[in-house]
Amino acid sequence: MGASVIVKDLCISAGAQTLVDKLSFEIHPGEVLALIGESGSGKTTTALALMGYARRGCHISGGSVHIGDVDVLTMTAAQQRALRGHTVAYIAQSAAASFNPSRTIIDQVIEPARIHQTCSPAEAKVKAIQLFRELALPDPDTIGERYPHQVSGGQLQRLMAAMALITDPDLVILDEPTTALDVTTQIEVLRAFRRVVRERRATAVYVSHDLAVVAQMADHILVLRNGQMQERNSTKQILEQPASDYTKSLLAAARPTPRAAGKVSDDSQPLLDLHALAAGYGPRNARGEPAKLILQDINLKLYRGQAIGVIGESGSGKSTLARAIAGLLPPSHGTILFNGRELKPALAQRDKEELRQIQMVFQIADTALNPSHTIADILARPLQFYKGLRGAPLQRRIHALLDLVKLPHSVADRLPGGLSGGQKQRVNLARALAADPDLILCDEVTSALDTVVGAAVLDLMTELRRELNVSYLFISHDLHTVRAVCDEIVVMQHGRKLAQVARADYDRGPHHPYYQLLERSVPELRQGWLDEMDQATTLAS
Amino acid sequence: MKTHVSITPPLAAAKPVSPGYLARCRSSISWFGGFGWSGLIGLAILLFWIGAALFGSALLARLPALNSSVQIFGPISSAHWLGTDYLGRDMFIRVIDGASYTVGVAFIATLLASGIGTLLALFAAASGHWIDATLSRALDTVTSIPSKMFALIMVAGFGSSVSMLIATAAIIYIPGAYRIARSMAININALDYVTVARMRGEGTFYIMRREILPNIVGPMLADLGLRFVYIVLLLAGLSFLGLGVQPPAADWGSLVRENIGSLAGASAAVIAPALAIASLTIAVNLVIDNLPGRSLRKRGVK
Repeated sequence: MGASVIVKDLCISAGAQTLVDKLSFEIHPGEVLALIGESGSGKTTTALALMGYARRGCHISGGSVHIGDVDVLTMTAAQQRALRGHTVAYIAQSAAASFNPSRTIIDQVIEPARIHQTCSPAEAKVKAIQLFRELALPDPDTIGERYPHQVSGGQLQRLMAAMALITDPDLVILDEPTTALDVTTQIEVLRAFRRVVRERRATAVYVSHDLAVVAQMADHILVLRNGQMQERNSTKQILEQPASDYTKSLLAAARPTPRAAGKVSDDSQPLLDLHALAAGYGPRNARGEPAKLILQDINLKLYRGQAIGVIGESGSGKSTLARAIAGLLPPSHGTILFNGRELKPALAQRDKEELRQIQMVFQIADTALNPSHTIADILARPLQFYKGLRGAPLQRRIHALLDLVKLPHSVADRLPGGLSGGQKQRVNLARALAADPDLILCDEVTSALDTVVGAAVLDLMTELRRELNVSYLFISHDLHTVRAVCDEIVVMQHGRKLAQVARADYDRGPHHPYYQLLERSVPELRQGWLDEMDQATTLAS
Repeated sequence: MKTHVSITPPLAAAKPVSPGYLARCRSSISWFGGFGWSGLIGLAILLFWIGAALFGSALLARLPALNSSVQIFGPISSAHWLGTDYLGRDMFIRVIDGASYTVGVAFIATLLASGIGTLLALFAAASGHWIDATLSRALDTVTSIPSKMFALIMVAGFGSSVSMLIATAAIIYIPGAYRIARSMAININALDYVTVARMRGEGTFYIMRREILPNIVGPMLADLGLRFVYIVLLLAGLSFLGLGVQPPAADWGSLVRENIGSLAGASAAVIAPALAIASLTIAVNLVIDNLPGRSLRKRGVK
């Protein structure tokens, strides 16, 4: 049974900056409160403060946190240590980074019980296995003997939940526990989490940026922005009648509206034509096949001005497809026709003009921009390289590009480190546009962005497509995103193309079963969706 | 009062001329301010030793009376600021004279070792498989030769001269610099922005210079400081064995060796050059650790 949590006037600051500003809320025993907001809104900082912890450089400057009848913030360091992992447990976003790779899972799962001496190791093991069963893990009796790399990401996330629950905490904090998972895995993990939280009647705080996920898990939602509470209400109320404008914009971004289709040219000749493409990694054998074949038999036609979405789970080969087209990974078999001409397999064999026509935008804007070049340098290079621009025309073009992606001219002199994630992704896009490409390969461009920021980037891309008549190959794991911007969807699994669905047929079935599974697995923005899914599966089985 | 009031307008009028100059002053002041206190102390010591290396001997030549004394291993006195050495020569002059060898030789050798090492590492990382493997194995071979032994062979083969010492020290420390620079360059080479540059069709040299180098230069400078210390110690060690700078010229290592006999007497003659070595190496590291710009970059301004 969970304890009540009362937070009053919580203030957290980093130097002169206020991260969380006078936040007050309470959670009744056994209830789940969701903290929702974009990155930098202070949701994780708040969640950590519930354990009396502030990250390096931050400090809790005021307020009180009561869990049950203890005041967490006035405790000594030793008392707080006794509290953490015992009374309050924390489940982090990346389970892979939270497990020690050189120790077995069971050792780590029972560690909280051992540290806080709540029970003997043998008892703890029995309890852990019981928890594995509750969390619907395969082989609950033996899975603990494995090492972290021997289980999947979704399983590891559930194992971390077992670690958190082993001491029967009064309060469980879940910090974006499913954000890093594929949709089909996410649904299983959500199911498991909800079951244990409900059965144990634990008080829980669920931190997330995904409203649709939160709608399945939480009783109440607290919307945070820049460390300030925008709104706190029951989940139903927030979803149906949001009071603050910010909540409305979050809701709007979470329900992606289909963007207008671009005008696809009537050319009979496709811009990009892939024929029986195969590619892979590792040394090649006598027949030229690589040791690890990733892509097999991919056929695809992309017309000028068209946007095709490529969707699949991680490991389906969708990024490899983009790398093969770009020439980063020479295909072992098949041909790539671009504008009717055959492209050479490797990057080094293609000429400058061919390279200019295909540009790529990467998922993680942080690593796609050189941290020691200014934005102006980054945008200037393709212009100098492909077109030999210099002096005043170069400056004009840089400013025009910044206008195009809706960034102020003042960012030109800044380094990427001083830009937000959304701004960086815009610079990334501007650099691709600087080359005047015909085709832009977009590899998960919005995955690392907040919903609202991601939606703005999608809008921008749709607009650019209309204005500049570029084509996109849009790679994503998020079906909603792909449906919103693409004219056609290609579904990939295990390196093969399973199906291709045109925009007109999105809502008309029946589709390939795997496409339908993906479609079903995307959480919907309403309460009770997960329950319906549960019923559907029980009926089916 | 009245005169004061009447003076101010011309001053105010003169002001619009100066902002550019003022701004320049302010920016150079803030550049030094970026060093922080420990960095400034290091910089002061380093500048002192560089000054001593460049001009010390010329300046001291004008003070004849200092040059000799009848007393060997003399104590610190007003006549001999750091006492006298085993032949009764003034230790202060010996240390200042030695600075030009130690600072000069070690500095040039360090720059050569780090520079060549970094260059080869960038080349290896940016051009990939075969060149990388060949270079790495070749430099591993150099690493496998014990450094003192290698220096001994070089001295035996080519005699002991300043340029030979520089070459020896540089060759010995190239593989270390290469290893460190390569490990960083390989990581950066795998990042998306280098992939973007490759996709653009950029050549190897551009990728080395513009994409990778700016991002490893900070750690490589820190490594340069460390390598400088090693080289000073190597040269001191060689001189101590009598293989380094030949008498009557002496670097700080030879000064320690020459005067080792006074160790039991706690004479300044052996402590002074040792302290000089310590102060130089610490100063170099203080300066490099506090180089301004690194913390600025994180805040996103140039």
